Amino acid sequence: MQVTMTVNGDEVAREIEPRLLLVHFIREELGLTGTHWGCDTSNCGTCVVWMDDEPVKSCTVLAAMAHGHRIRTVEDLERAGGLDPVQQGFMDEHGLQCGFCTPGMMMTARWLLDRDPDPDEATIREAISGQICRCTGYENIVRAVRWAAEHPATSEVHA
Amino acid sequence: MTTIEEPPAPTPMGFGRMKRKEDVRFIRGKGHYVDDVVLPGMLHGAVLRSTYAHARIVRIDTSAAEAHPKVRAVITGATLETLGLAWMPSLSHDVVAVLATDKVRFQGQEVAFVVADDHYSARDALELIEVEYEPLPPVMDARRALEPDAPVIRDDVQGKTDNHIFDWDAGDEAATDAAFAAADVVVSQDMLYPRVHPAPMETCGAVADMDPVSGKLTIWCGTQAPHAHRTLYALVAGLPEHKIRVISPDIGGGFGNKVGIYPGYVCAIVGSIVTKRPVKWMEDRSENLMSTSFARDYHMHGEIAATNDGKITALRVKVLADHGAFNNTAQPTKFPAGFFHIFTGSYDLQAAHCEVTGVYTNKAPGGVAYACSFRVTEAAYLVERMVDCLADEMGMDPAELRLKNLLKPEQFPYTCPTGWEYDSGDYPRALRLALEMAGYDDLRKEQADKRTRGELMGIGISFFTETVGAGPRKHMDILGLGMADGAEVRVHPTGKAVVRLSCQSQGQGHETTFAQIVAQELGISPDDIDVVHGDTDNTPFGLGTYGSRSTPVSGAAVAVASRRVRDKAKIVASAMLEVAVDDLEWEKGRWFVKGDPAAGKTIQEIALASHGSLELPEGVEGHLDASCVYDPPNLTYPFGAYICVVDVDPGTGQVKVRRFIAVDDCGPRINPMIVEGQIHGGLADGVGMALMEVIAFDEDGNCLGGSFMDYLLPTALECPSWEVGQTVTPSPHHPLGVKGVGESATVGSPAAVVNAVLDAIGVRHADMPLTPAQVWRTMQGSPFRTDLAIE
Ligand code: FES
Ligand code: FES
Repeated sequence: MQVTMTVNGDEVAREIEPRLLLVHFIREELGLTGTHWGCDTSNCGTCVVWMDDEPVKSCTVLAAMAHGHRIRTVEDLERAGGLDPVQQGFMDEHGLQCGFCTPGMMMTARWLLDRDPDPDEATIREAISGQICRCTGYENIVRAVRWAAEHPATSEVHA
Repeated sequence: MTTIEEPPAPTPMGFGRMKRKEDVRFIRGKGHYVDDVVLPGMLHGAVLRSTYAHARIVRIDTSAAEAHPKVRAVITGATLETLGLAWMPSLSHDVVAVLATDKVRFQGQEVAFVVADDHYSARDALELIEVEYEPLPPVMDARRALEPDAPVIRDDVQGKTDNHIFDWDAGDEAATDAAFAAADVVVSQDMLYPRVHPAPMETCGAVADMDPVSGKLTIWCGTQAPHAHRTLYALVAGLPEHKIRVISPDIGGGFGNKVGIYPGYVCAIVGSIVTKRPVKWMEDRSENLMSTSFARDYHMHGEIAATNDGKITALRVKVLADHGAFNNTAQPTKFPAGFFHIFTGSYDLQAAHCEVTGVYTNKAPGGVAYACSFRVTEAAYLVERMVDCLADEMGMDPAELRLKNLLKPEQFPYTCPTGWEYDSGDYPRALRLALEMAGYDDLRKEQADKRTRGELMGIGISFFTETVGAGPRKHMDILGLGMADGAEVRVHPTGKAVVRLSCQSQGQGHETTFAQIVAQELGISPDDIDVVHGDTDNTPFGLGTYGSRSTPVSGAAVAVASRRVRDKAKIVASAMLEVAVDDLEWEKGRWFVKGDPAAGKTIQEIALASHGSLELPEGVEGHLDASCVYDPPNLTYPFGAYICVVDVDPGTGQVKVRRFIAVDDCGPRINPMIVEGQIHGGLADGVGMALMEVIAFDEDGNCLGGSFMDYLLPTALECPSWEVGQTVTPSPHHPLGVKGVGESATVGSPAAVVNAVLDAIGVRHADMPLTPAQVWRTMQGSPFRTDLAIE
């Protein structure tokens, strides 16, 4: 079947098998490998992307269901103005180790901050509670999101 | 959009907090993990797995799968037998079935491998393979395994008539018996450290590419030990080692799960040889949880002896170790129970003795995974639970009992009753700091107060000593490969540098930490140092990253190689300055003339000169590089004091970890930010194991932890905000004094959480995981076995 959707601002059209998962569509058809997968049961959240401005687990969405919708992935966080503060926050506060959960965590963080620019610790923990990080013990992810809340402007890259 | 004004923090010239160099790609989604590898013409493999825990294979019919239009090859054990590859050596002098030929021995065991154009088709084709099984009774309980009428699992081993693997002991049995006979108080306790799983967020996988023209095999595989893999492939498959290249790209977490060689890797290689195309195999999460390296599964009987005034005199333990269907634990050859014999922990004992018996069961093989420092996790849990049991028996405060028995700083270096030589430590200082950070006395008052209102609050302490950084070559090898690691440091003509490592990061931040070590030694900015790892064609040999050995072993190798570069730079500088070598003095980044600090040459100037036409003294070669193969003289002994505070809901048994205080001493911290991150992650592991994680089985051998719906991992909601502190006691034998930290928190934290929960409910012992059901049942006086769904 034919699907058409907008991914990171670009319209893409592909001929696909109806059963193809959105996560595989993004990774394999489009080559956007920043979105990961880590389970078979919608538990890990390494696959989180946005569909029409809401985070979704892309392993739990068929590519066919995204037909006509807007998808945003981690590759779209950095814009011409520089890194998203969330990206900068993850780097500054050591919010990642292996980096595997990181794209999904950052997509949720950006969504949260768009709705609640000044979330407290409990709100941040709640927001990422559908996602698992096996490396960081979450502390520095929470701090990274707080960092982004305190530095709302897009920053220069100072890696 | 505006630009943030804050200037970036300067990069330290050596040790200190700095942002990670590798993060610039990860935060952009530009990490490169094994499933991101795409090669032209690449095919996809999938593994058919056993549905039974124990069954004879009567017949395998692959014809329908072979007829699938997108299938390129179907491989079975029979195919592999013709290549001599149906079995491969395990890491513990046993064999492991690559694809089952005679029997399946655990649920999820590999039976056949399909190679197809895409992974959906490969999975479809698995359904078309017919396997006829003759079910056999499974052995799921380690205790049942040794009964005389237990079914024999390993009848593939000639003459094998039971499920016994090994007996091993350490310590002085007679002295221990004597100490127990003389003791005023003896407490004994059975405890299980249940089977758990490292479950890194990225599952295991590989892409194999056998070039039919050059005969070179390239394997992309998220392995923690690329060099060991290459050598093993050479030995197993008879391929020449120089024709094998193992590339370990970014790894999405390892924790021990990615040390061994899994059948899927071998199948991908065979698939590539057969199809003459690259073959990718990625396991899914269920496959990861059901078939790859588990951890623990130790049934322990501990006994602790003490005098009436609370002086601990001896410790004795008997262990039944469940190794699953094949003995495939990864540990130094001489130590079948790993480093479990450090179970004397942090205490000054007269005597200790342990006996460990390993058995086969119909469970997945592997073991010694999940950040355990070769079974130090089990040892630390045992002793810290036993000390709490003793405190309970004697009505003593667990902090006071520990302070009374901890080794004193003046006792180091200390040889423990089972023979380990602890390098350095100041244990009371670490525990006192933790107690102070926690506000221990106030917590006890609060607890007493709450008790009067029927509220359950618990405070748990654990103190751990690890033995990591394996290890001295004369004692330690894995399959005959000594545990020394190489490093090479090369300064380019313009004064930038590259360091090549044998170990491999799985998130530990090696690209930053190892650049900081070179920076510390040579005064070249970490920003100007490239760290190369994870490619056997481009790095020196070494055994890899596990057992917290990267900084203790590879870190030392890098420090020594950097110092050799510095020594050579001194000779070059002396030629440049036309002074005697002995007249030079080093300050970070520069050799200068003693007494005339203005006359000197920077490392960058020296690098350029060493590559130029400067006349060098007789016998001194040009260029500026050095290497080292570091053979550690001893292991390192990180330690720490942990305190956990929990609240338990008396109605539901639900545990809330309210606070966790962790004081760690891993020697000097190269990058304190990274060290703290390692500790945070390990503490979350401890909360997970203590409260949620278990791979259990039913009596038919079905794995009950085969997905993240059943194998529960802690989320941000179960973890508190960690409170970390430190003391610094350098290792006297490590060139940088550092001890390693990767597994400290995983080793030390489970006992603190369990001690806290049991303290809250006033019960001497219950086995992990302390799920609400287990806590509630324990409060009713009937805790259950967490490893088996059998009442
Ligand atoms: S892959 Fe685990 S939730 Fe999507
Ligand atoms: S950084 Fe490794 S899983 Fe989160």
